[in-house]
Amino acid sequence: MEWETVIGLETHTQLRTLSKIFSGASTAFGAQPNAQASAVDIALPGVLPVMNRAAVEHAIRFGLAVGATVAARSIFARKNYFYPDLPKGYQISQYEIPVVLGGAVRVTLEGVERSIQLTRAHLEEDAGKSLHEDFHGLSGIDLNRAGTPLLEIVTEPDMRSAAEAVAYARALHRLVMWIGICDGNMQEGSFRCDANVSVRPRGQKEYGTRCEIKNLNSFRFMEKAIEFEVRRQIALIEEGGTVVQETRLYDADRDETRPMRSKEDAQDYRYFPDPDLLPLVIDAQWVERVRAALPELPDAMAQRFQSVLGLSAYDAGVITASRPLAQYFETLVLGSDPKSGSDPSLDAKLCANWLCGELSAALHRENLEVEHSRITPAQLSGLLVRIQDGTISGKTAKEVFEALWQEGGDADAIIEAKGLRQISDDGALEKIVDQLIAENAAQVAEYRAGKDKVFGFFVGRAMRASGGRANPVQLNDILKKKLAP
Amino acid sequence: MNLAHTSLRQLAAALRAKTLSSRELAQSYLDRIARMDPQLNSFITLDAPRTLAAADAADVRIAQGDTGPLTGIPIAHKDIFCANGWLTTCGSKMLSNFVAPYDAHVIEQFHAAGSPLLGKTNMDEFAMGSSNETSYFGPVKNPWDLAAVPGGSSGGSAAAVAARLTPAATGTDTGGSIRQPASLCGISGIKPTYGRVSRYGMIAYASSLDQGGVLAPSAEDLALVLNTMVGFDARDSTCLERPAEDFTAGLDKPLAGLRIGLPREYFSDGVSADVANAIEAALKEYERLGATRVDISLPNTKLSVPVYYVLAPAEASSNLSRFDGVRYGYRAKDYGDLTDLYERSRAEGFGPEVKRRILTGTYVLSKGYYDAYYLQAQRVRRLILDDFQQAFTRCDVIMGPSSPTVAFNIGEKTSDPIQMYLSDIFTISVNLAGLPGLSIPVGFGAQQRPVGLQLIGDYFSEAHLLNIAHQYQQATDWHAQSPALAKA
Repeated sequence: MEWETVIGLETHTQLRTLSKIFSGASTAFGAQPNAQASAVDIALPGVLPVMNRAAVEHAIRFGLAVGATVAARSIFARKNYFYPDLPKGYQISQYEIPVVLGGAVRVTLEGVERSIQLTRAHLEEDAGKSLHEDFHGLSGIDLNRAGTPLLEIVTEPDMRSAAEAVAYARALHRLVMWIGICDGNMQEGSFRCDANVSVRPRGQKEYGTRCEIKNLNSFRFMEKAIEFEVRRQIALIEEGGTVVQETRLYDADRDETRPMRSKEDAQDYRYFPDPDLLPLVIDAQWVERVRAALPELPDAMAQRFQSVLGLSAYDAGVITASRPLAQYFETLVLGSDPKSGSDPSLDAKLCANWLCGELSAALHRENLEVEHSRITPAQLSGLLVRIQDGTISGKTAKEVFEALWQEGGDADAIIEAKGLRQISDDGALEKIVDQLIAENAAQVAEYRAGKDKVFGFFVGRAMRASGGRANPVQLNDILKKKLAP
Repeated sequence: MNLAHTSLRQLAAALRAKTLSSRELAQSYLDRIARMDPQLNSFITLDAPRTLAAADAADVRIAQGDTGPLTGIPIAHKDIFCANGWLTTCGSKMLSNFVAPYDAHVIEQFHAAGSPLLGKTNMDEFAMGSSNETSYFGPVKNPWDLAAVPGGSSGGSAAAVAARLTPAATGTDTGGSIRQPASLCGISGIKPTYGRVSRYGMIAYASSLDQGGVLAPSAEDLALVLNTMVGFDARDSTCLERPAEDFTAGLDKPLAGLRIGLPREYFSDGVSADVANAIEAALKEYERLGATRVDISLPNTKLSVPVYYVLAPAEASSNLSRFDGVRYGYRAKDYGDLTDLYERSRAEGFGPEVKRRILTGTYVLSKGYYDAYYLQAQRVRRLILDDFQQAFTRCDVIMGPSSPTVAFNIGEKTSDPIQMYLSDIFTISVNLAGLPGLSIPVGFGAQQRPVGLQLIGDYFSEAHLLNIAHQYQQATDWHAQSPALAKA
């Protein structure tokens, strides 16, 4: 039988705010345990939550970025359960009426574009952390994370393969970082995905029974976990078994999913509206203010790079992988401010090649983000201008690039100091070629006898004789002319 | 000057004139408490050195001319308000070891006014009760009759004021917890409009109903204390930002033309004859003062008790989840795993009434029951609110008994929770609607136990309610009467 995989994702994105969602404590990562837990976070008797406006603004921003409806009025609810890292005994979340409804995220997989529909996104607070090591049989509780604002983004069961789920997760990851609502740090738990996975015979309308996989803290693990789970479910059904609805945990070391808890011991969370918080009211003016401040979104920018600058879809996609990279590119290509040193006449394709090639390699080599690049857009522009006007060859440019990267300065000075200017003087080149012909009579004869391959020998020798500085196009022309029988 | 029987306004004048020091005043109340409270049990925590230090600080302020109406006047606070450095128990074993590390907004307001904290008063456990018998720290006795309950849950505050162990006390009112004990103890008590007083630092019972307020001998005293107590606090999202108001300013307005709404549901068979007689006499007094009677109806009154006992326990079941033995408060001595720690700590730390309400609340919020109970109760709550809005188109104030009977005996209703719950039938709907309510003493009923008249006003009409109460007290002296015990 042929099986179809059905996947829906729930993503907890930690919102980039200075303070927590309902208290004034800092959200900075890495402090001493419980140093960032206020009276509200510890849930002392008598304390009350107060909504953080910045968290709401991030939610609005997200809603607008995915074309969703921002609810004019949404409700905070209490999700009740007991756990030591949940100090109040309930989590404040949104249940019946979330702040963001609908919307979609576009993904491209193997050149095909699809739209993944979102069900909702809602605001909620994170729990603290239980620490089970280093306490000699006891457990420690760190409440620094308790009350950190989260936006939980839920998709429809719209994805049909692990690769597609990962493509969606990557697109979402790029988007939330792009619009500045999440730092995207998966190691620190700022972006956490749970996958709901089921399988059904191809053509069947009803969904199969789903399992929820937790702990997918990298895209690679997500792909492997979903693939494992799909294999497991298919094998189970084909052996005559049935899938049990349950929550499973992915174990990266053993590359398998294991049951965490089944539906039978699923909790009744006794949701009800939180009487400590008023309904969250978002008026149209607020939405419009947020909309006005929204940056151009990656899909739109990639479109523009293709239609206006003539980039390929692939290059446009690579360059809009992150907002800093796209901004670097824009400054490089479009920066027309003479003070920035950028030249508006630079060829976009040339810029894209250098950004995706040399610059990316150098950044990768030193593990730097593009915003910390050792070569500024203005410096790179100065270099690319010299390639474009023929002063240096692409090959020489790489040498200049290295010098710029290591020592700074500007391209022209390096070209001058190192004498790297390309030889484009016909007279000088002819002199080199004449001498070569004189010294290599045998090869000249071979070439003239029809052995075209020998042409490369002359190019190589001429280049060496010019110290690599000969203009390759001109050199070709002169060689062809002089070697002609 | 008999300090214990002097009004707040007179005490303030004496302090300002420096014929009395805050230390003397505080010491005199501490002495009275030491002498009389062993019979009443109205205080859970006293800390004389701390109180006297605060009184000394107030005396310094007075010497510097930095005085407000409450500067130097000690006030007792219900043990539901967190006060930095003070044991704050909420009447429960669960918090019997909890020293609050911060001040409630209400406590901050009194600190800022220079009012020394006289002590923390006894209360029903987590404010759940109508007789002060659910307190882990033992029942409070009614100063008018030591066999009687003082009412609850602010029973300690009411008894302390009635016995003149404090010039005034704070309380909280979720279903009548200020007005009912005020009534049973023959004093005045006000529950302001929901949102007037910040709930920050006030240990939550039912968040959508809880409201802080004041208990004192007279309406004028209430107005003075309320002036200090209210105030916007951004830490409570349900606290309302209002223009500053002086509740004493309109006390002297005449009542001519006042339309008093009398809901027929408040004058039914459920009210005992002695209470009905005292209320009728009070209404006649109001007529003499120029008021007229208007017959009105609050048809959903009978639903208020069942609605309250769905909504309040629902919120309580969630509010009390934080008391789990993990971070503070009582933790069972012996336990196995985590679940065992929770179960034992909560089983041992909470009393039976609290457990009953947690169980009820958990039940009504459960899957499959939520719509039938919680949602339905919210719908009826809306009807109750509408009843009042309808009524206020025809009258300026609603009056009726605060409690259907005078104080009952200690132990009389403890085995019958439904009977106990019904003692709040006239006060509960006011909380459900979020309205302000006030109780003043208007005489005595059976066994010479006090009767209270309840005044209910529209939203933010506290000043008017206090004016209506004050005019009555200018014409009568029920509020000036105190139990024999207090005269000792």
